[in-house]
Amino acid sequence: MSRLSRQIPRSDDESGRVVVEPRTVAAVSTETVYASKTLANFLSLVFARPAPSVVDLGPVIGSNITFLGERVGCKIHIEDLYADIDRHVRQGEADQLPEFLSGRLALPDASVDAVLGWDVFDYLAPAAAGVLAAELVRILRPGGVLLGFFGARASDDPRYTKYFIEDETHLRYRFYPSSCVRRWVLQNRDINIMFAGLELFDSVLLKSGVREILFRKRELS
Amino acid sequence: MHEELASIGKSIVINGELSGSEDLTIEGRVDGKIELRDHVLTVGSNGKIKAQVSAKAIVVLGHVQGNLTATEKVDIKDSGSVEGDIVAPRVAIADGSHFRGSIDMQKKDGPAAADRPLGGFKAESSKKADTQKSETPKPEPSPVNGEFIRV
Repeated sequence: MSRLSRQIPRSDDESGRVVVEPRTVAAVSTETVYASKTLANFLSLVFARPAPSVVDLGPVIGSNITFLGERVGCKIHIEDLYADIDRHVRQGEADQLPEFLSGRLALPDASVDAVLGWDVFDYLAPAAAGVLAAELVRILRPGGVLLGFFGARASDDPRYTKYFIEDETHLRYRFYPSSCVRRWVLQNRDINIMFAGLELFDSVLLKSGVREILFRKRELS
Repeated sequence: MHEELASIGKSIVINGELSGSEDLTIEGRVDGKIELRDHVLTVGSNGKIKAQVSAKAIVVLGHVQGNLTATEKVDIKDSGSVEGDIVAPRVAIADGSHFRGSIDMQKKDGPAAADRPLGGFKAESSKKADTQKSETPKPEPSPVNGEFIRV
């Protein structure tokens, strides 16, 4: 058993998902733990790099900070793009997202080792998604990695997902309300074109239809 | 023996440099620089800080705009908000808090990452790579297992 494994209360259901049992009376909604097939590869690649820095495009999650900071040894940049997207949608300024995203990440070229993109691209129109992808390629160092989740179907359910790293192979999903819906479904071809500066390292199609895709920026020759 | 805690009340506004050798709670507003080298700084729920802060430990229940450096721990409670970079060996961030910036928990005198023993993060695909003495993990083609397809 891996020294990093943690005991988490759960029970397997028929669909292969692992449902977390409520830990306290205060737990108001069921959270679900899913096995991630690419997270371990992502962490291994990050862990192997000296003094790695990671950009997390999701909201700050204390346990992820602890995991990435204390156990993987990363410097972590929190850039909550979901909050930015939500604000633009609420204010009726979604069409300004491409321009906003082009200057959103105030990080130098080739300055980070990894990006946790989660499912942010599912909430972006193609123009904005293309701008963000180019920005992420720009900030990645050669050999750096990017992990993204891409949904298989659109949804009318206005919610985002917080991804809690339970251990190196499991993510706990917690949903929270949003102003916009998961509207955009990218095909594999579109994703590959969008990340043309990166090479595909690992791609997994989950039973849920979600594609976990791990990209890696080519090393300098 | 009763020890009085130093505090800055919510009507107090300080512009400039603040330093001390005892624990301090700030409920007011401080703009500038705060240094409590061996002590704990608590930014109360009414506190508004726009400053570079260094202390042994920093607890945030209010608002901080500026970089935080702690030799022991930074603790952002659920009502806390921080915009700035954190350097501390331990960082706790509660659900519901707001944070924007970077967090560096690396021990400056610790071993470089490259010197750390690998083996903590074993991807399914890296196990085979290890046995082959490969330097980086490579994903092996996986058959359908009912749960996922590696494509």
